[in-house]
Amino acid sequence: MSAFLAIIRRDLLLAMRRKSEVLTALFFFIIVVSLFPLGIGPEPQLLKKIAPGILWVAALLSTMLSLNRLFATDHADGTLEQLVLSPTPLGLLVAGKIVAHWLTSGLPLVLLAPVLGVQFDLDASALGILVGALLLGTPLLSLIGAIGAALTLGVRGGGVLLSLLVLPLYVPALIFGAGAVEAHISGLGATGHLSLLAALLALAAFFAPWATTAALRVSLE
Amino acid sequence: MSNRIIHWFKFASPQSFYPLAGKMIPWFWALTAVFGAIGLWISFFVAPTDAVQGEGYRIIFIHVPASWMSMFIYMVMAAWAGLGLALNTRLSGMMAQALAPTGALMAFISLWTGAFWGKPMWGTWWVWDARLTSELILFFLYIGFIALQAAIDDPRRADKAGAILALVGVVNVPIIYFSVKWWNTLHQGASVSMMKSPSMAQTMLWGMLIMALCFWMYSIAVALMRVRAIILERETHTEWVKELPEVKQ
Repeated sequence: MSAFLAIIRRDLLLAMRRKSEVLTALFFFIIVVSLFPLGIGPEPQLLKKIAPGILWVAALLSTMLSLNRLFATDHADGTLEQLVLSPTPLGLLVAGKIVAHWLTSGLPLVLLAPVLGVQFDLDASALGILVGALLLGTPLLSLIGAIGAALTLGVRGGGVLLSLLVLPLYVPALIFGAGAVEAHISGLGATGHLSLLAALLALAAFFAPWATTAALRVSLE
Repeated sequence: MSNRIIHWFKFASPQSFYPLAGKMIPWFWALTAVFGAIGLWISFFVAPTDAVQGEGYRIIFIHVPASWMSMFIYMVMAAWAGLGLALNTRLSGMMAQALAPTGALMAFISLWTGAFWGKPMWGTWWVWDARLTSELILFFLYIGFIALQAAIDDPRRADKAGAILALVGVVNVPIIYFSVKWWNTLHQGASVSMMKSPSMAQTMLWGMLIMALCFWMYSIAVALMRVRAIILERETHTEWVKELPEVKQ
């Protein structure tokens, strides 16, 4: 357990030392969300309707951007091999890295989303649902993304390939995440969507570190 | 009762599988031709014109088998991939790699013919129907698998990485299917549904099943041909490949 916490602490520390990487992904999120009204037009009714979808798609893309650095730098300087050789189970260390990734790339999105949601004229209760859905959904994105990041480690054209592998797998998170807010706005209630999102999260939390570990071992052979 | 034991694992080695596949391929092509001829004959001449949809419905004789195959091949591919990971057999990875383009082709045919069918029937090339959308995502999954394998130079690593991706994908396929289904039903009442069509005439069903058999045989034949090519490519350095008559000449 101490190794788990140590790796989270280490990754957070590294992220703090290289703030620009974290901030770039965040500003990417903000810019993408702000581009949609410019492209679609400023009608409040329409923007309100598509806001959950836009915020979610932007969150997906922004998570994609930050996935590359999940293992790549550790792979480049040899840390990853040390982690694989260490006596602590690799799955635990990988889980720690995923948690750290979520804390640096997922959590800021969750905190920013209400501010951006206000731009789209979402009311307070809808914003609450949006934050809840993102809180359940962004760890899911980190977990699934870690598998893709491990598979494409050190591969030609890894970044683009990663998006090709991971984005189709993000579809359920997108559907239930954006669907929760829309269902709430249309008065259907969001509990069903949020429960499904939580179920997916539980499933991914169990399987994804395991699959990521297998993928890392393949990549490091 | 003969007590002769067939050593099935013998065929797990590319060297012994290569000639076996070579012997099986003509048979599967012959079956493809037979089933194809019967199936097309039924679908064009025997099956009655549909009362509601006219002649255009006949595209389902291609469309439905292609959709079935696209889903089934992904399962088979994942099964081979899992086998390869568990038993560390080289041939399994090659089989998975050989199946992927055929599966992608089937998914593409299914989408393409679906669009052709949709235009006269629904008046639109594309609707965000649950089946269409999940078929599209399945197509993306195939493309991802092929792209990942193509990007990795070391074939053994490509096999294993592809295997993990295929297994992750196969867990996700039902999740994606149901999420898309619920997404669609929540958005709008299903405006079009393939299941609502009046119960199918017996001959139509037979035509479809025989066409499905034809697609099966075609997929097996093509996958075996492709796996033979992959074996030759990967085993060029071995003696037995150099001894093959088709390589020698």
